[in-house]
Amino acid sequence: MKTQGWRKFLSSPGRIAVAIAGVFFIVALVEYFTGATDITSSGASSATLRFAIPILLAGLGGLWSERAGVINIGLEGMMIVGTWMGAWFGFLYGPWTGVLFAAIGGALTGLLHAILTVRIGIDQAVSGLAINLVAAGATRYFSGIYFVENGGDISVSPMVQQPETFTVPGVSSVLASIEGQDTFFVSSVAGVLGGLVTNVSWMTLLGLLCVPLTWWILWRTKFGLRVRFSGENPVAAESLGVNVYRVRYIAISISGMLAALGGAYLSLVASAVYREGQTGGRGFIGLATVIFGNWRPGGVFSGSLLFGFTDALRVRQAESVHAVLAIVAVVALLFAAYLFVMRKRRGAAISAILGLLAGIVFLQVEVIPDEFVTFFPNLVTLLVLVFMARRLRPPAMAGAKYRKGEEISE
Amino acid sequence: MTRSRIFWGIAAPLSAISFSLLLASGILMLQGANPIQTFQLLFSYGFQPRNVVAELNQASAYYLAGISAAIGFKMLLFNIGIDGQYRLGVFFAAVVGGAVTLPPVLHILLIVFVAATVGGAWAAISGWLKIKYGVSEVISSIMLNFIAAGLVTYMLNPLRLGEQAEGSQNISTPTIPESGWLPNIEVAGGTLYTFIFFSAVVGVGYWILITKTVFGFNLRATGVSFRAALSSGVNAPRMIFLTMVLSGAIAGLVGVGTLLSDTHNYSLSFPSGYALTGLALALLGRNHPIGIAFAAFFWAFLERSAGVLDLNGIPTEIVTMMQGTIVISIVVAYELIKRLNLRQQQAAVGSHQEEAPEESKETDK
Repeated sequence: MKTQGWRKFLSSPGRIAVAIAGVFFIVALVEYFTGATDITSSGASSATLRFAIPILLAGLGGLWSERAGVINIGLEGMMIVGTWMGAWFGFLYGPWTGVLFAAIGGALTGLLHAILTVRIGIDQAVSGLAINLVAAGATRYFSGIYFVENGGDISVSPMVQQPETFTVPGVSSVLASIEGQDTFFVSSVAGVLGGLVTNVSWMTLLGLLCVPLTWWILWRTKFGLRVRFSGENPVAAESLGVNVYRVRYIAISISGMLAALGGAYLSLVASAVYREGQTGGRGFIGLATVIFGNWRPGGVFSGSLLFGFTDALRVRQAESVHAVLAIVAVVALLFAAYLFVMRKRRGAAISAILGLLAGIVFLQVEVIPDEFVTFFPNLVTLLVLVFMARRLRPPAMAGAKYRKGEEISE
Repeated sequence: MTRSRIFWGIAAPLSAISFSLLLASGILMLQGANPIQTFQLLFSYGFQPRNVVAELNQASAYYLAGISAAIGFKMLLFNIGIDGQYRLGVFFAAVVGGAVTLPPVLHILLIVFVAATVGGAWAAISGWLKIKYGVSEVISSIMLNFIAAGLVTYMLNPLRLGEQAEGSQNISTPTIPESGWLPNIEVAGGTLYTFIFFSAVVGVGYWILITKTVFGFNLRATGVSFRAALSSGVNAPRMIFLTMVLSGAIAGLVGVGTLLSDTHNYSLSFPSGYALTGLALALLGRNHPIGIAFAAFFWAFLERSAGVLDLNGIPTEIVTMMQGTIVISIVVAYELIKRLNLRQQQAAVGSHQEEAPEESKETDK
């Protein structure tokens, strides 16, 4: 096991703290030299959360579905359902009712995907794509009827009230004052932490809680074992008495519910209005985080943070994206040195090349174009698929067609 | 036997369309609109000569998307990347076409060649990832679609390959000189793109390739069983790669008709969403060149005639919903028919073998 060294390293909280501090130090150094101040500001960290949560929820949705053995390309459509339901019922009965109805709508859409792919057995990609199309068409159709009558537009809902936020008393103001002092390194840390405790929506907390909850259900309960069993080997699962169809129905409904919650987050928390095209491909980015995160909740979480972070920086301060390249360069080169010492030549070479490339681009280019940042998650996922292919462990039967009593045909 | 196959082949799409019409009727009635009146309106508007011409023009593009998807389907490949291949293909074709001046026919051929090459090359990435790293072409094409869209937006900038006309907000590529324009045909309802004949030629080419050539046979064989093809000497990974490239090359041509006959430059007003359209048409037309042609016209008809609904207070998206439900119900219908046929066959075999001892399914593993 090659990863054992890493696991050992990461098992000690002290070392993790040192590693995080080290990264912060590099970040602070880069900020100091490039003058890009926005990487560790409290604004950036809270924006990162705001951008990351919808991707996270979509990603967890993808995880649930694929762990049960069905690929969910309809995540985008389920998110769209969530944005619309959240905004409409939020407008009528208040934000939390909106969230509730978004969850119900998403679960029903998920159930539709489940019935089509599991019970009837049509191609999973066709079903997902069709759901995306129907969701986009249906929301626009119903917007034209309901929103127009209530002061909205065919593509924009009336304004919706947002769910409440909270600020951790005391801590928030202390951190804000430290951030304001502009002390090297210390202020950076305070900035990031400050963003995480100031004006945080309860919905954000709910989204974050879904990560440990997903992990706990899937890896620590009987039901979770059955879900993963259905994704790894449905034939064996069935023969041991697991009702694979039912397990998949439930798992994919949960998948749709999570994706729709991500959508509701977009229309209720990230903005206070439904706008057509609000999801902007985030369902597909959620799909990407599943791969990036190696089909693990923690991995999905870090993937969504990374993609949310780049998204946040792009919107806030374009120069910061550029400065991040410098960080990538430094970290990759340090990592290469580490790998070289550990006598892993190939990894060291790849890491060094990546680091050098990032460094060269950093020195040659003034500002990273917006367009490149928008497809950054997709590019990273493709690279992960290529370079980390051997490390990835997808559920064995994700995407394969399974029918009760039949052998699986590839 | 063949007659029943043709019957089922037509029955499935028709029942899918009827089902989605029913569903749309339900939604319309919920809103208080009269469905029959609405469909009559769609029908009469869609068949006005002016609109038929527009539909034919649009269908010529959809047709290529359908053929592109069908080639993939023959191999059980799912080319969702049509969107990206089309966009990059037509973009570079517009750029190259706008940068040179050549004798008329040569100029057009160059544009077509560039579009097909770029589309094929972009699809080759998916194909290569699949055979080399086992990456599902569905996932890689989704990612590549986003990357293609981003790249085109990046390059379509006055600082780079784009051009902004004075006093206009629209950014486009430089206009192709007239030597690269395809002459159009003036008919009763308007201007018909000559490109439609080109699409037809591609359709015939597809049919010949699939049914009459060794390549097509190998392609279908690999689609039916990868391992059987491999053991009978077909280089199956190579076939996957080539099929993907071919599918991408045709996808690259999707936007060329509009480019050669209408706009003569590329701008962001070029529509997106061809991937799903292509897949839907291939499914609806059962991968058959004539079936896809009908499906493409039907699709364009639906979209064009939806324009009249807005004037009557019905959101046009009822058509989008119909398209989505058609896609779902068509695959559901195929699946059910397949199972029904299987059961009939089993029953037939069973009645023949009544006396023979029953063979266990597990033993033939």
